[in-house]
Amino acid sequence: MKLELRGITKRFGSLVANSDVSLTVMPGEIHCLLGENGAGKSTLMNVLYGLYQADAGEILLDDKVVKFAGPGDAMAAGIGMVHQHFMLIPVFSVAENVILGHEPTKFAGVLDMATARAKVREISDQFGFDLDPDAIVGDLPVGVQQRVEIVKALISNAKVLVFDEPTAVLTPQETDELMTIMRALRERGTAIVFITHKLREVKEVADKITVLRLGKVVGEASPTDSANDLASMMVGRAVDLEGSKTAAKPGKASFVVAGLSAENRSGTKVLDDISFEIHDGEILVIAGVQGNGQTELTEAILGLQSKTSGSIKLNGQELLGRSVKSVLDLGVGFVPEDRTEDGLVADFTIAENLMLDRADRKPFVSGLNLRLKYLRELATKLVADFDVRTQSIETKAGKLSGGNQQKVVLARELSRELKLLVASQPTRGLDVGSIEFVHEQIVKTRDSGLPVLIVATELDEAVQLSDRIAVMYRGKIVGIVPSTTPRAVLGQMMAGISE
Amino acid sequence: MSEINVKPVSSSRAGKIAKDLVSGNALIPVLAVLASFVVGGILIALSNESVQAAAGYFFARPGDLFSAIWQSVYGAYEALFRGSIYNYQADNFGDGILSLTQTLAYATPITIAGLGLAVAFRSGLFNIGGTGQIIFGAVSSAVVALYLPIWPGPLHFLVAILAGVLGGALFGGFVGFLKATTGANEVIVTIMFNYVAVFMLHYSLTTWLKAPLAVNPQSSPLPADTLYPLLAGTKYPLHAGFVVMLLAVAAVWWLMNRSSVGFHFKALGHNPSASRVAGINIGRTYFLVMAVSGALAGLAGTSQILGTEKYLGTGVAATYGFDAITVALLGRSNPIGVLAAGLLFGGLRAGAVTMQANQNVPIDIVYVVQSMIVLFIAAPPLVRSVFFMPKSKEAKA
Repeated sequence: MKLELRGITKRFGSLVANSDVSLTVMPGEIHCLLGENGAGKSTLMNVLYGLYQADAGEILLDDKVVKFAGPGDAMAAGIGMVHQHFMLIPVFSVAENVILGHEPTKFAGVLDMATARAKVREISDQFGFDLDPDAIVGDLPVGVQQRVEIVKALISNAKVLVFDEPTAVLTPQETDELMTIMRALRERGTAIVFITHKLREVKEVADKITVLRLGKVVGEASPTDSANDLASMMVGRAVDLEGSKTAAKPGKASFVVAGLSAENRSGTKVLDDISFEIHDGEILVIAGVQGNGQTELTEAILGLQSKTSGSIKLNGQELLGRSVKSVLDLGVGFVPEDRTEDGLVADFTIAENLMLDRADRKPFVSGLNLRLKYLRELATKLVADFDVRTQSIETKAGKLSGGNQQKVVLARELSRELKLLVASQPTRGLDVGSIEFVHEQIVKTRDSGLPVLIVATELDEAVQLSDRIAVMYRGKIVGIVPSTTPRAVLGQMMAGISE
Repeated sequence: MSEINVKPVSSSRAGKIAKDLVSGNALIPVLAVLASFVVGGILIALSNESVQAAAGYFFARPGDLFSAIWQSVYGAYEALFRGSIYNYQADNFGDGILSLTQTLAYATPITIAGLGLAVAFRSGLFNIGGTGQIIFGAVSSAVVALYLPIWPGPLHFLVAILAGVLGGALFGGFVGFLKATTGANEVIVTIMFNYVAVFMLHYSLTTWLKAPLAVNPQSSPLPADTLYPLLAGTKYPLHAGFVVMLLAVAAVWWLMNRSSVGFHFKALGHNPSASRVAGINIGRTYFLVMAVSGALAGLAGTSQILGTEKYLGTGVAATYGFDAITVALLGRSNPIGVLAAGLLFGGLRAGAVTMQANQNVPIDIVYVVQSMIVLFIAAPPLVRSVFFMPKSKEAKA
């Protein structure tokens, strides 16, 4: 089915989210909608899906104008959506989730689960999804849950499939598998809209690219265009993705991890005899596919892991066995991988978030009284220094974009006396502009003479930021190599094959 | 309590409910009260005998029905006003103002306990244990008042109050301790502890705490030197507990808005996971929140026995434990709001008596109004649709 959007305009009060956006997607085509966060990609798709009504413009399916009053209409017309946040019921089985809303029934309204299972198997086999209809959705890995979402769309005969930032939650392997699935769908004639801001994926899978900026179409691009060109179109200014960082001038090895092991609650080893050191003025990147112990490693450093052995020493002082508070007091700055869950309190203001880990420390407090005037002055300064785009320091952190939230976290961590910076996936889910800024800040921290530990799951970032790369696989360090190591070698190491 | 490595349950349902109920539009509580009074008015009219009679010949003389409705509703709310704020039918100002002092006396324990629950709600802990904590505070206080008469005078009074505060704090804090060490859900634990407290109280008052000659399960009268001094002479029920209440409002405001301890409480309530990463000791904070919450409930218990009742009876917590929940929610867990809600409830309590005596309106109507308030607050969309307000952002998305 051919999808055409003509001159879509959508306003929210004075904000124009989409302005005269036109887009044509042919059957058997993967059409990438590329744009930064807030460029209007999701608004446009919500208009298409009937969640919003356009203020102007029309939607055409196979050259016929259609009107959607809600998602029900859109689905009936053959439009399927795979949401970034899955719309699944975790305690239901795959088959139950898939049939939810249009359950096949036998006499007297008895659920016909056999038919449901058979349908799931059929679609699963057709596209090589490898889904068990009876598996409980909550027990499945994220990538597999996403396939359930795709099956849900396909089972209602979707001819146009919209993927809204589908790779944000996936590991590199799951991403590759998704790409394969998208290609298979394309072969069957499905029209695919792929929303993303990740250039590598666009270049890999897109047939056509439309770039959105500030609610407007800024142009079409070809997947053969260079990543720098695509990024520049997206951001609206020249962008240097490679970054320019000077060579490290490593000093003494002030952060030393030796023989670190940790077990999780069920007694499985999640960290297995890890040893490495980081010198002053050096960035060590821990590379690896997510879930190979990186989270546990950063948690162990911070004092959040309970069953640990070995040693973690910062400037000769043992960190293991300390409380989080005392680790922070020793000068460990921490940027967690999940900033909304672990880094910020969404309902607190920017200013309040800036003192989250120091509210009971001088100079934020005198006696038990918070020094709110001091906090206001500091917050005003930090918001300016770290270029947090906000109207006021009283804005709730939850209202900020991902990039600005991360700037608040960085501002908090970097504004105190540090001896070590630990940042876990510091650019996850950020747009190009914010990634540049975060990288700059990290390199600046290194250049001030601090040891820096970064956890990266994307090879690009690992290579770009690191002075040395330690690759982790199943709780072990496979090897520590220079950042000039070829990608192919790093990729093999990430799969557990040592040099 | 040393370092307790507790993994917070960030998506704790109770925590989310607590958070939902205390955030949101400040207009909602006001409208909820208004809507409840309307519903109350309908019930008053329906239960009124002359309205029922006039409805029987509605088609003959419809005017009768309307005037009967008006008279019943107006009469009831007018009596409510006279009973709770100022009785303008009284002979002199002194008698008229008695109503207001009764309202303030009733409002005192409800407000103090409400403050305690508000602290817990704001910290993401859904403390339902007001009843139990009031009882535990009251019992501790009464035991000190009755059996430790070694320091006569003001000191005895202060120690009795302190015992009540400590009793409530321990009973509440124990719940926080259980949550911190075992992950027990505070809603279930506090509800069960309410039963424990109620039946322990009953048992105590029929055995070792029972006054020697009493027929009913109650303690001996509490010694005069342990009672809250009356503020306006023996004619009025207003006692120094009212001043304590005002101080408590100020203290809780300071705690939650100006102190680092309260900042940690709120951080825990909004995002336990981020609090843990920020180095806040989650287990200790759970304990502290529940201890402060229980301490205030205990203080409310002392105001009830050392101020109003002057002995310990089985009805010490009466419905205060649950009224306090309503008051905390109605006040959006904001100290000033809790004070306003507490005064409203005190007024309803005081006025209900007059309403029943003068207008023959069943006192239950007042409880219905109170319950309707909770209902309306718990369902903001209901209030929004009744008053044609725009939908909240969450509902739209």
